[in-house]
Amino acid sequence: MAKLPTPEELAKIDLNPPEKDWMDTPADIKPGMFCWGAKGKNLKILDFPNARDWSPAEEDWKLPKDWEGTVLEAFADKLSKYRSFKIFMDVCVRCGACADKCHFFIGSGDPKNMPVLRAELMRSVYRKYFTNSGKVLGKLAGARELDLAVLKEWWYYFYQCTECRRCSVFCPYGIDTAEITMMAREFFNLLGLNIDWIAGPVANCYMKGNHLGLEPHTIKSSIEFFLDDIETVTGIKIEPTFNRKGAEILFVTPSGDLFADPGTYTAMGYLMLFHELGLDYTWSTYASEGGNFGFFTSNEMAKRLNSKIYAEAKRLGVKWILGGECGHMWRVLNQYMDTWNGPADFMEVPTSPITGTRFENARSTKMVHITEFTADLIKHGKLKLDPSRNDHLKVTYHDSCNTARGMGLLEEPRYVLKSVCNNFYEMPDNTIREQTFCCGSGTGLNASENMELRMKGGLPRANAVKHVRDQHGVNMLANVCAIDRATLKAAMEYWVPDVSVCGTHELLANALVMKGEKERTQDLRLEPLPGKEVKE
Amino acid sequence: MPMMEFQGKEIEVDDDGYIINLDDWTKEIAEHLASLDSMTLTPAHWEVIDFLRNYYKQYQIAPMIKILVKEIGKVMGPEKGNTKYLYELYPGGPAKQACKFAGLPKPTGCV
Repeated sequence: MAKLPTPEELAKIDLNPPEKDWMDTPADIKPGMFCWGAKGKNLKILDFPNARDWSPAEEDWKLPKDWEGTVLEAFADKLSKYRSFKIFMDVCVRCGACADKCHFFIGSGDPKNMPVLRAELMRSVYRKYFTNSGKVLGKLAGARELDLAVLKEWWYYFYQCTECRRCSVFCPYGIDTAEITMMAREFFNLLGLNIDWIAGPVANCYMKGNHLGLEPHTIKSSIEFFLDDIETVTGIKIEPTFNRKGAEILFVTPSGDLFADPGTYTAMGYLMLFHELGLDYTWSTYASEGGNFGFFTSNEMAKRLNSKIYAEAKRLGVKWILGGECGHMWRVLNQYMDTWNGPADFMEVPTSPITGTRFENARSTKMVHITEFTADLIKHGKLKLDPSRNDHLKVTYHDSCNTARGMGLLEEPRYVLKSVCNNFYEMPDNTIREQTFCCGSGTGLNASENMELRMKGGLPRANAVKHVRDQHGVNMLANVCAIDRATLKAAMEYWVPDVSVCGTHELLANALVMKGEKERTQDLRLEPLPGKEVKE
Repeated sequence: MPMMEFQGKEIEVDDDGYIINLDDWTKEIAEHLASLDSMTLTPAHWEVIDFLRNYYKQYQIAPMIKILVKEIGKVMGPEKGNTKYLYELYPGGPAKQACKFAGLPKPTGCV
């Protein structure tokens, strides 16, 4: 594995462009900047073509015969199927508004990470094969042939885009570079060029219902472990149910919450909140994944994985689905699910059994984000909260790209956080809400072998956190996304080591005053609450 | 697929050197992997490796560190049930290094 440079080394960003024209500067595939190739066994499980082991670091990528034909045929197919893609190939005027908006460009200085140039990598090929000017004039019209060097360049740079869509906010035409990256990744899948950090979780999810490959008894034992800790902290014994038919609500969250810190504390938060409300809900060991890494491979695979949640809702006969803190899960739900597997009319329009609020926004998908649900509870005064239990924390909030830009969930998490913490500080305006910076490792790029890439991409976010740390002493970075909880932890340890990372419902549960609880002396991490230590 | 040669036998490993097939693992391989990291396995190291392998057999995944800490503490006493102790034993991290020696695959997903 490549050695990770120090933060001081990585912060020296070279903004000098290469000497030659970009078309004459082939991609240099550097260790630390890419993920391992997908393993044949995982591709095979998913029926993806050209299943074999391969390594991006080797010269021979073991491509199928006539791979150029395969890509161009798929290209033509996507152009006819998705009008947006055709428009995005045609309309860019190269105004440059997007150029410095990408976290990977800011953190790397590599011009091919400017969204305009990343898209141009593909547009140049589009012109050559699909426009008259490009066919006739070639390079003069900005066109080039698809060859192995181009394919490798595509692969390298389209796996340096996290589909965060920050650039699209600034594009006067609304070009969504994420959709261009998605098309590129569709092509890669036809050639067996997936990365294993995506193919592995997708294969796991397909076989076992979640990205981590947790078996039903593993899920149960993990939750039981949390329940023990909850009892230690609160004195309250909680008994949730699994795969229970007839429950009113199915709860689905990313499997990372069940098996990776600090997501596990968020999961404890869910358990405590639902217990306190007496909510009639069930966990599922079949639909045990809110996230959808299939979304980072192909439209069809994303649809296949998404359908499991709805199949389970139908089997159990629930009225609606409550979803946990996740990022891309909500982009999938909000922007894609309905035309894939919806409308889910076998369920009812989600209605909070506690407040009676009908979530009209989820009328078709029947799935409500937990911060919408919790914000509504707080608004109606249904929760007893003691925010002083979070007084040792100075909190800021990182908007997940997908919840912010993919579903407009901006106020609810903030409303919850401000209700449960007395010290809340926003990062600068151009780094939050619609303009939020990516964690640097989304879309399945949260592996360990590409840590240099991740830290480069995480720099803009980390820099904004550093700003509020220096200004206000912020020491906790809250979020509503399982990828964030895993990746920002690494980014903070690297760039801003004195700031921790947590989910929103961890802080909520710390502040939640529960019926019959003992006096709290510890937080959910079993660390002593300052000022509430046990007196000797 | 990368291979690791050990005692004249080719063993499949992933790009980070983790053994692919649980059944390929032997105690000698664990000792060999440790020697590559300039370490010698003591009975204390083996306690952790044995726990990890048993956990994996039961749950098909490597345990979270906090489960490891708690369980080690239960079985071997509170003085061993802490992260510091495990990091002293495995400076490369109980998750990464100890799992590698124990022949468990790397976990994936939002972790």
